[in-house]
Amino acid sequence: MVQNRKKVFMTAGYNTVSLGTGRKEFHPKKPRPGLEDLIKEAGQGTLKQIGGGANVDEGVISNFMAARFNKQGHLAALIPHVDESLRWKPCCRVEGACGSGGLGLMTAVKTVLSGTADVVLTIGVEVQNTVKAIYGADYLAGAGWFRGERKAGHAFFFPAVFSGRAGAYFEKYGRDKTRRAFARWYRLAVENARLCETAQEFHNATEDLEALAMTEPNPKAFVDHLNVFDCSKVSDAAAAIAVVSEEGLKRIGIPQSEAVEVVGWGQVEADLTVPPEDPTYLETTARAAKKALDSAGIGLKDLGTVECHDCFTISGLLSIEAIGFAGKGEGADYVLSGATSRAGAVPFNTSGGLIGWGHPTGGTGVRQAATIWQQLTDKAQKWQVPVSAKRPFALSVNMGGNDKTVVAIVYKKA
Amino acid sequence: MNYADRLAKVAVLGAAGKMGSGIVLLTAMEMADLSLESGQPASDKVLQAVDISEKALAGLMDYLRTQVQKAAEKKAVWLRKAYAGREDLIENEEIINRYVVDVLSVVRPSTQLEAAYNATLVFEAINENPDLKVKLLSEIKAHDIQDAWFLTNTSSIPISELNDRVKLGGRIVGFHFYNPPAVQKLVELIRAEASIPELADFSAQFAKKLRKTVVPSRDVAGFIGNGHFMRDGLYALSEVERLAGEVGFVPAVYMVNRISQDFLIRPMGIFQLVDYVGLDVCQSILRVMDERLPGRGLHSPLIDKMIGLGVLGGQFADGSQKDGFLKYEKGRTAGVYDPDKRSYVAWADIAGRGDDKLGALPPLAKPWKGVIQDPRRESYLEGYFKQLAGMKTLGAELARKYGRTSNDIGLGLIKDGVAAGAEDVNTVLLTGFYHAYGPINSYFG
Repeated sequence: MVQNRKKVFMTAGYNTVSLGTGRKEFHPKKPRPGLEDLIKEAGQGTLKQIGGGANVDEGVISNFMAARFNKQGHLAALIPHVDESLRWKPCCRVEGACGSGGLGLMTAVKTVLSGTADVVLTIGVEVQNTVKAIYGADYLAGAGWFRGERKAGHAFFFPAVFSGRAGAYFEKYGRDKTRRAFARWYRLAVENARLCETAQEFHNATEDLEALAMTEPNPKAFVDHLNVFDCSKVSDAAAAIAVVSEEGLKRIGIPQSEAVEVVGWGQVEADLTVPPEDPTYLETTARAAKKALDSAGIGLKDLGTVECHDCFTISGLLSIEAIGFAGKGEGADYVLSGATSRAGAVPFNTSGGLIGWGHPTGGTGVRQAATIWQQLTDKAQKWQVPVSAKRPFALSVNMGGNDKTVVAIVYKKA
Repeated sequence: MNYADRLAKVAVLGAAGKMGSGIVLLTAMEMADLSLESGQPASDKVLQAVDISEKALAGLMDYLRTQVQKAAEKKAVWLRKAYAGREDLIENEEIINRYVVDVLSVVRPSTQLEAAYNATLVFEAINENPDLKVKLLSEIKAHDIQDAWFLTNTSSIPISELNDRVKLGGRIVGFHFYNPPAVQKLVELIRAEASIPELADFSAQFAKKLRKTVVPSRDVAGFIGNGHFMRDGLYALSEVERLAGEVGFVPAVYMVNRISQDFLIRPMGIFQLVDYVGLDVCQSILRVMDERLPGRGLHSPLIDKMIGLGVLGGQFADGSQKDGFLKYEKGRTAGVYDPDKRSYVAWADIAGRGDDKLGALPPLAKPWKGVIQDPRRESYLEGYFKQLAGMKTLGAELARKYGRTSNDIGLGLIKDGVAAGAEDVNTVLLTGFYHAYGPINSYFG
């Protein structure tokens, strides 16, 4: 197992608001911040905490589909837009669908490991409310194999892909309990989001969330096995974090206690053109999580909190099984037991996850890292969960497409 | 001729009007969908959109393009299946755009009535003028190649009268959409005694395919919808005249409008509704009803007077509201017309005094929108009207009287055989007028 050759830290995370339906200030017909505005807000949010852009050696930006959502390519050149002092510094943009953020973090980590940089500003962004959902579905379908899958695919391509996984899971392990677990997952996500001011569901005031989430799927208007509450929403948001070496921490004047250490990671790629062998199993996610835990030299018992990639409720359930907290077919029981809740053994997605906080696709991986940094350094305010000294580690899992690009990272309170 | 064949060659008269444009939209989409379902090219279908105004027809094509696209976005799941055989159409956007082209290619705008001569189905949606309707339908009938069936969107003229005067031999049925047809769920279906059963069956199937809620009405002038609305409006006008003696005309209009909207929880006040429909349209409907149901007081000198002063209501081409009894600013009520001064008095100059006279709303009151979204609407309304029943203010008294009158109008429609029962009357008001409760109820004692 590859071990880091030097210590790598993350610090100074920042999340913008996740803007979209559900937020009171969101109105589809009113002007709102664009791509460059959100990049600037998130980037400056991190720069302010690390003594400004002069301290930064390199920049990485993660994004999935700005070329279509915003008709904007060339995002690396928007990093210097964050702060004048970033001009003339090396920057790059990375893309791996909804796993772009994870790839951005890994790019920054490896840059630090290579020794060419001590402070890397890492930004993730997506602005998706520029088109109606039915056209956004076209753009997001780019995370699948266009020539091989799109024509036969559904109008709502990705919801249908995961609806297919849910259907297979129902068939194998039973529908009733699984649907109840989906509804519980939704409730926990929104309840967490209500505690976090930047979350898209922060304003959600629905009384009986589980009853709402039990709404029967409507295949005529949407997909066969999922309803809209099973899906993460369309979001505009950006996140940023600084990836730094020990020297970098000294330069930016941040003590190790205000940072998290990256102690293990797993970065795994599957073949886009090959369908999953078993639709009820996230094999790539499982491989990435195992690599991350093995390289950190820890087990599940050491994890205090997890950020998983719940782009759909079924992805949340399958992630639990892929990471190993529950055996195959036992994810529903695990969720219904309350183990993933704030009061549970290992709280999942403490600021709401993709369903509750929001899912700015290409930015999500960076958002997850910022969330874990906040949680482990006691900066999570109302949504803080106690992180016990017996379980000082955290895990993030960021997935692109239908379990194709996966980055898992293990963090430790530094 | 089966359902699909009947919808192969359609003509819509008054196609660019308020109702006609919606009818063209829904019919053209149904025609294109039939082609898609059967795998036949849409090019074998023709909808002649006939209207006297070139300019309005250009507007119609614009309206259709926008509306078909919106509809296509909502049924993209189905469209992907319908276009599965088209290898060149891959993304939702490509499929939606293709559907827009396919629907629009069915529609042929024309200012010539001759365009309708070859139709298998003629949908009439011109002005509510019996003589004009008879004239145009007779011309088509004289040249009618296909033994066309006729649907009329009349909201007041008895179908049997049109059938007899045009000598259609039962080839006509009343198919009354509510405005705007693309949105409103209600269709009143009216069979004349002579209407041929096959046409009635076709109409029921057509309405079902358009996903409309169908309420049958007997063939009596005004049917259920206008049968209630016109009498409701006439009652409001009589209340204005009564109250005007005490408080003056302008405050009286304000008060009665507020009673019907806020106290009775309706989507708009009665005078806003009259303005929405148009004073001239209301006048035509009343004339039709009064001539056919004489001696029932279906006439309003006040409306005639307002029209004489050039106060018409109705909508501008962009759909915004024209001034009528009330003045509108950005779609909101902003004043009341004073026929003596021939100008509008601002809301702010009337509201305070009018509201003082009416007194407060019941404590439970909330706007119509909140009520229709309330999952426990029934029990809310029970509680609200119980409070209203116990209040002694002028507003509460006027509201109870208004509610009782509306109830009596509904019962009168059943007694006269226009509606088969309370449910039909209530469905028309709930779906066609978006009321929060049916007029036939037990709220007003």
